[in-house]
Amino acid sequence: MSKKITIEPVTRVEGHGKVTIHMDAQGNIQQSRLHIVEFRGFERFVQGRPYWEAPVLVQRLCGICPVSHHLAAAKALDVIVGAGTGDGLTPTGEKMRRLMHYGQFFQSHALHFFHLSAPDFLFGVDGDPAKRNIIGIALTNPDLAVQGVMMRKFGQEIIRATAGKKIHGTGAIPGGINKNLSIEERDEFLKGADPLNADKMVSWAEEALDFFKKYYFANKDFVDNFSYFPSNHLSLVRKDGALDIYHGVLRAVDADGKKILNDIDYQEYDKYIEEEVRSWSYMKFPYLKEYGKDKGWYRVGPLARLNTADFIPTPLAQKEFEAYKALTNGKPNNHCLHMHYARLIETLHAAEMIRELLHDPDLLGDDLVIKGEKQKEGVGLIEAPRGTLFHHYRINDNDQIEMANLIVSTTNNNEPMNKAVNNVAKSVMTGKEVITEGMMNAVEVAIRAYDPCLSCATHALGKMPLELTLVGPNDEILDRKRSH
Amino acid sequence: MSKPVIATTSLAGCFGCHMSLLDIDERILTLIELVEFNKSPIDDIKTFTKPVDIGLIEGGCCNSENVEVLKSFRKNCKILVSLGECAIMGGLPALRNGIPIEECLHEAYIGGPTVQLNKDGIMPNDDELPMLLDKVYPCHEIVKIDYFLPGCPPRADLIWDALVALVTGDPMKLPYEVVKFD
Repeated sequence: MSKKITIEPVTRVEGHGKVTIHMDAQGNIQQSRLHIVEFRGFERFVQGRPYWEAPVLVQRLCGICPVSHHLAAAKALDVIVGAGTGDGLTPTGEKMRRLMHYGQFFQSHALHFFHLSAPDFLFGVDGDPAKRNIIGIALTNPDLAVQGVMMRKFGQEIIRATAGKKIHGTGAIPGGINKNLSIEERDEFLKGADPLNADKMVSWAEEALDFFKKYYFANKDFVDNFSYFPSNHLSLVRKDGALDIYHGVLRAVDADGKKILNDIDYQEYDKYIEEEVRSWSYMKFPYLKEYGKDKGWYRVGPLARLNTADFIPTPLAQKEFEAYKALTNGKPNNHCLHMHYARLIETLHAAEMIRELLHDPDLLGDDLVIKGEKQKEGVGLIEAPRGTLFHHYRINDNDQIEMANLIVSTTNNNEPMNKAVNNVAKSVMTGKEVITEGMMNAVEVAIRAYDPCLSCATHALGKMPLELTLVGPNDEILDRKRSH
Repeated sequence: MSKPVIATTSLAGCFGCHMSLLDIDERILTLIELVEFNKSPIDDIKTFTKPVDIGLIEGGCCNSENVEVLKSFRKNCKILVSLGECAIMGGLPALRNGIPIEECLHEAYIGGPTVQLNKDGIMPNDDELPMLLDKVYPCHEIVKIDYFLPGCPPRADLIWDALVALVTGDPMKLPYEVVKFD
């Protein structure tokens, strides 16, 4: 008898995503899908709004990394107000935005690691589900919990100092920034009472990386083999090939490291990227046009960024990067769970960049905004913590938005997440009569590695709960299980 | 005496309100001493396992599932709090309320610059997807709401003060900065 298995995160009832897996009578996986059940309609309802509202409106897509949307929109509007395509701002304007963005990377990556991933590493992927959350950490490893909370707080305070508010701030405006950094703010971040200062954050980021590496080398087979599959990888890189999350050119490499998108100007992104619509998900499926739907899909995020970049422009992270690259002999890394490793190298890089930027007197400057000849259309790209984020706007003669197109990071990872679900389902569920909590958890671990923002509920605060229903061919429920 | 029980959810919101709750920073460690969490992303309890004292609702209702979840919160919580502008008045997602939903779908899946090859006009319409409502509704139009915490998101101190007031029964201070928008 064939079966349909539905894996529902608690978020299904709360309006997020769910997984369905179809099995045939022999227990072979026929089809598996990650459905995204959210739809908002931003592209349409921002039409008619004055263009300068975009950075504050559109960031309300996401409260976990609002700075990414805020900055991607501001970068698109830089083009529209004639301030150049990302590198034309005043030094104060650009560096304040960069500081904001590194602050966000630091807080978002810390949140993902400590609040979400660390419970799995501390208590085991199949450990007691009742403990496997941030409260469990607070009760058993209070020092680690405090470290996570304070790292996130530091990042959030950087955002407040640059954007005005920790969540949904207003710092970036078309052509620049609306405030500089005060000497008092700078000194607080550099010399603040322990632990809230930049030096401590760098050393804590190193400790978090050591924590993960220890876990990795003790569980190497599992981490290396879990949901491994080759793919293309896409991200921004600086013109000289350095990791750069704020500005650069768009590069993609294939699974062997061959450049398949060669450092293009992202103002022309729509020449290279197309999205497929599938009837069973609100989330579209982007791919590189030249390679088609079947071969052109790609991954974004920490794993992809460390595959496209040639080096990291800060010393401690670069050293870690070299050791990490050596694991795959310099070739692209296609190991799903190495995403955590890559994310922590980026966390260290963000801490180093914050410390370096804070010493830069340009942050204290008062030349904040540039304006030039008005343009009708602009594209803003940024590397959000979860991957490449595209914002594209066109305005009319009344300065109203006439067209908006957004490709968010998690959308770019749509096909890879579906592949990961399918992969894990095939490897752990094929031929099995009974589907266990451990099997469901395996599917969840694969999805979680991508840190998908659309199910950020569960991602932000703890383990993603799953409900799984076995349904017979006539839709009768054969079995139902909750992960806990 | 048993601890007060708290539950939280995000409907048509962006999780910014939940993030603002996390922005109470080290007070989180005090909070988990003061209260017990039930159904919430914080502890993964999927369905209510006991009567809840305080339910915090982020987001308004944009689809049929949001309505079901909100009703289940009303049924299981003694006190319901609308947390933030989306729960209180629909917030940013309610900007779609003056626009036919077909137009929003068309723009996303047929009209946009990177869906030009969708010549067959495929739209998401699977049975697995919940029904979109005609517009985005604030929570108090669906169920009775007892308290409202304004802001986009409400600042962490406001959330903290409100929780402490509800848990201890002491009246909370409401200075100008916390009642004005944002």
